[in-house]
Amino acid sequence: MIPAAFDYVRAGSAEEAISLIGQHGDEAKFLAGGHSLLPLMKLRLAQPTVLVDIGRVTDLSYIRDAGDHVAIGALTRHMDVENSSLLRTDVPLLAHAASHVGDPQVRHRGTIGGSIAHADPASDLPATTLALGATYVVQGPNGTREIAAGDFYQGFLTSSLAADEMLTEIRVPKMNGAGWSFQKFNRRAQDWAIVGVAAWRRNGDSGVALVNMGSTPVLAASVSSALAGGASIEDAAQQAAAEADPQADLNASVEYRTHLAKVLVKRALSEASS
Amino acid sequence: MEISVTVNGVTHTGDVEPRTLLVQYIREHVGLTGTNIGCDTSSCGACSVHLNGEAVKSCTVLAVQADGQQITTIEGLAADDGTLHPMQQAFMENHGLQCGYCTPGMVMAATSLLKENPNPSEHDVRIGLEGNLCRCTGYHNIVQSVLAAATK
Repeated sequence: MIPAAFDYVRAGSAEEAISLIGQHGDEAKFLAGGHSLLPLMKLRLAQPTVLVDIGRVTDLSYIRDAGDHVAIGALTRHMDVENSSLLRTDVPLLAHAASHVGDPQVRHRGTIGGSIAHADPASDLPATTLALGATYVVQGPNGTREIAAGDFYQGFLTSSLAADEMLTEIRVPKMNGAGWSFQKFNRRAQDWAIVGVAAWRRNGDSGVALVNMGSTPVLAASVSSALAGGASIEDAAQQAAAEADPQADLNASVEYRTHLAKVLVKRALSEASS
Repeated sequence: MEISVTVNGVTHTGDVEPRTLLVQYIREHVGLTGTNIGCDTSSCGACSVHLNGEAVKSCTVLAVQADGQQITTIEGLAADDGTLHPMQQAFMENHGLQCGYCTPGMVMAATSLLKENPNPSEHDVRIGLEGNLCRCTGYHNIVQSVLAAATK
């Protein structure tokens, strides 16, 4: 399958990329690693007329210690997130979740920013960064702004990024000393999760987010409230789907997804508490 | 768009449409047909090649993205005198293939895996090859081949 024809332009910097996307309007798309966009284009589910390739904006590929958080450039590849000693120490949940994205070939190309900007509720890193309370930095023609992960996801494959804005950095609070767990339930090794859970606990606080349990990644706030109120893991896990609105597909019915969410949240909280 | 891609040490310069996939470029423009197209949806790994030394699925990379980069295909692994790469030799000695269709992709993924993890456990190999499907289900001997190659 060959994608429909498009024009290709390569940006050398974030500023140039934003200017190019502004010139070409709504029909243009950023191309980073391409592992979400190109499959959609081959299937004609996306048909941009212009691709602005940001894959060579190498100054947006970094993982830096920024005091109370770790700053990750949007073009950092999954493989680099997975193998980062800084993240493995300070935000191990994120490094671990990155190691579950696709397969090694996919992780050699796909980027954390591309995955988040694509806003696929079935992807691992949007939900994981949501659970971690990350902040996304986006750049537009008039400068940068910060968007909390909780405000970013608007609907299926839809975020609060404006058409001429580009995600440039992901800021993830350090989680030293937290217990954590990433649960991914699927039928084949490299598949998207049928349901996934990213969770952490530290000193009475917690964060739990669900993969593929609605049109956006879902923050399971009721689970955290229940834990904060002294509920047992078993009881808190019963609240797993309170904020979710799962859809049925070939892999799972709504009832099965809801059941899986409760089971996986229970497993995640048990692992994060041990 | 004019691109210049180094494939197995030889630089090829020419015009491609931006929508040309890397696998299509390798097979149809460069003329190296050892890289197979399997699922064409980045699931099966049959089209795996090395981009700057790392395995990628060439059905999900545009040729223009490889402009100025180094590509290695299955044809580029053996020595000039025909001596097989240790991974190819190990696949031969351990019967690591049945129909052979997934084999070029398996070998390219496996050599990339050993570069990142030179002493993998059997579990590491199985997880490391999760992006490559063998529809003969000949996984056991493929894993044995990679473990054997790791000792060479």
